[in-house]
Amino acid sequence: MDRVIYIAMTGAREVTRQQAAVSHNLANISTHGFKQELNVFRALPVVGEGARTRAFVLETTPRSDFTPGAIQQTERPLDVAVRGPGWIAVQDANGQEAYTRMGHLQISQNGIMQTTNGLNVLGDAGPVAVPPDQELLIGKDGTVSTVPIGQNLNAVAIAGRIKLVNPAEVDLVRGEDGLFRQKSGQPAEADANVTLISGALESSNVNPAEAMVSMVSLARQFEMQMRVIRAAEDNNRSADKVLSAT
Amino acid sequence: MLRSLHIARTGLDTQQTQLDVISNNLANVSTTGFKKSRAIFEDLLYQTIRQPGAQSSQQTQLPSGFQLGVGARTVATERIHQQGGLQQTNNSLDIAINGRGFFQIQMPDGGTAYTRDGSFQVDSQGTLVTASGYPVQPNLQIPNDALVVSIARDGIVSVTQPGNPNTVTELGQLQLATFVNTAGLQSQGENLYLETAASGAPQVNNPGTEGLGVLNQSFIETSNVNVAEELVNMIVAQRAFELNSRAITTSDQMLQRLTQL
Repeated sequence: MDRVIYIAMTGAREVTRQQAAVSHNLANISTHGFKQELNVFRALPVVGEGARTRAFVLETTPRSDFTPGAIQQTERPLDVAVRGPGWIAVQDANGQEAYTRMGHLQISQNGIMQTTNGLNVLGDAGPVAVPPDQELLIGKDGTVSTVPIGQNLNAVAIAGRIKLVNPAEVDLVRGEDGLFRQKSGQPAEADANVTLISGALESSNVNPAEAMVSMVSLARQFEMQMRVIRAAEDNNRSADKVLSAT
Repeated sequence: MLRSLHIARTGLDTQQTQLDVISNNLANVSTTGFKKSRAIFEDLLYQTIRQPGAQSSQQTQLPSGFQLGVGARTVATERIHQQGGLQQTNNSLDIAINGRGFFQIQMPDGGTAYTRDGSFQVDSQGTLVTASGYPVQPNLQIPNDALVVSIARDGIVSVTQPGNPNTVTELGQLQLATFVNTAGLQSQGENLYLETAASGAPQVNNPGTEGLGVLNQSFIETSNVNVAEELVNMIVAQRAFELNSRAITTSDQMLQRLTQL
């Protein structure tokens, strides 16, 4: 068989994978704090004897798109959005520090501040414990202040401060649970310059126009690979005809 | 088959849930004491198809790996316990809570449910009951010859009876319950909520104390649904649904090309 068919095959296979990545971005168009995945194709030349004419294609995820999403006002005091770059530190399923921008928080029955999917929010020293309160306010710098039950409204107690970090984007990788971590595996330093907006959520940063256009162009690319495979098949058939003519 | 088909389906599912929640909110826009819900989505797990740093040849490594997310899912539908508006009704048995707290309702099975709907009535025995006929806790018997029922801000219920208009008889005091995590209450329908492990145990106190709200007689609390917000969310959900179904159509066309080979 002509080698071209295998090269076209890798092209078609990687296009379907990238189409999956585009679908994933589109499926998360309403996920708060979601950062879209950026995928690219890479050429992988075949190294061997003879002329280097062939290059297979490989799909890679070099990074995520960290542009901030739009801020939506919700007026719920436990909703927070990170203004500009920065991350909210949470404790992942293994108890390690991880980062997210999904800011719908809640207080668990034990009084621990959690994200809606049940991850503890980290303060400067471990999870943030909030006493039973009648008023709760999250300040710009992540300070959680409450008015405990049975106290005057001016008896404000500081329950803790949400750890906000801002590691370099190149150092951040997305884990398999969708949370971000430092490449080194070390927790990042708290950054006092990261600010929160209380009563708001950050929407997903998926750009539907961009996603639709890349979806259409990928579909056409897939058709082209199919054409190449068919051309290879035609070549083969013609060659067979010549050989079987005698 | 193509991954993108299944991934786009998860997107359709979440948008469908979003629309379900919006419809429920809009349907309850006139329900007394109704609290709106909101669907919360998260990205599903990611598959690492190629690890970064894998060998591309004996001497070289791939600089970046290949990770593929597998879609979105609904992680919770969360109730937003914001205060609704107070509407005057001139009905002396309508009570609205202004602030935190829930009325306690005794269920037919003996359990306790909680509600913000204070449009109470009196049954044939004179017991203060909800519109569904469940008695309010603590139990209050309103004498059938009561002329005026008055409910104070702190929950004290008193009546005047014929014959002695200057004497006010105190019947009892309504109490309110609060929870650490009100969003963790389980919705029961009929404007009722049940305690769960996530909500924590109820703390019962008199209205106006310990940070609880006060009672307003002859008022009802309207639903806290914001129609404009719901309509905007509905537009977004519809368009996002279209985008995801478009991804399915495109994947289908790609498969069609493949089968025509």
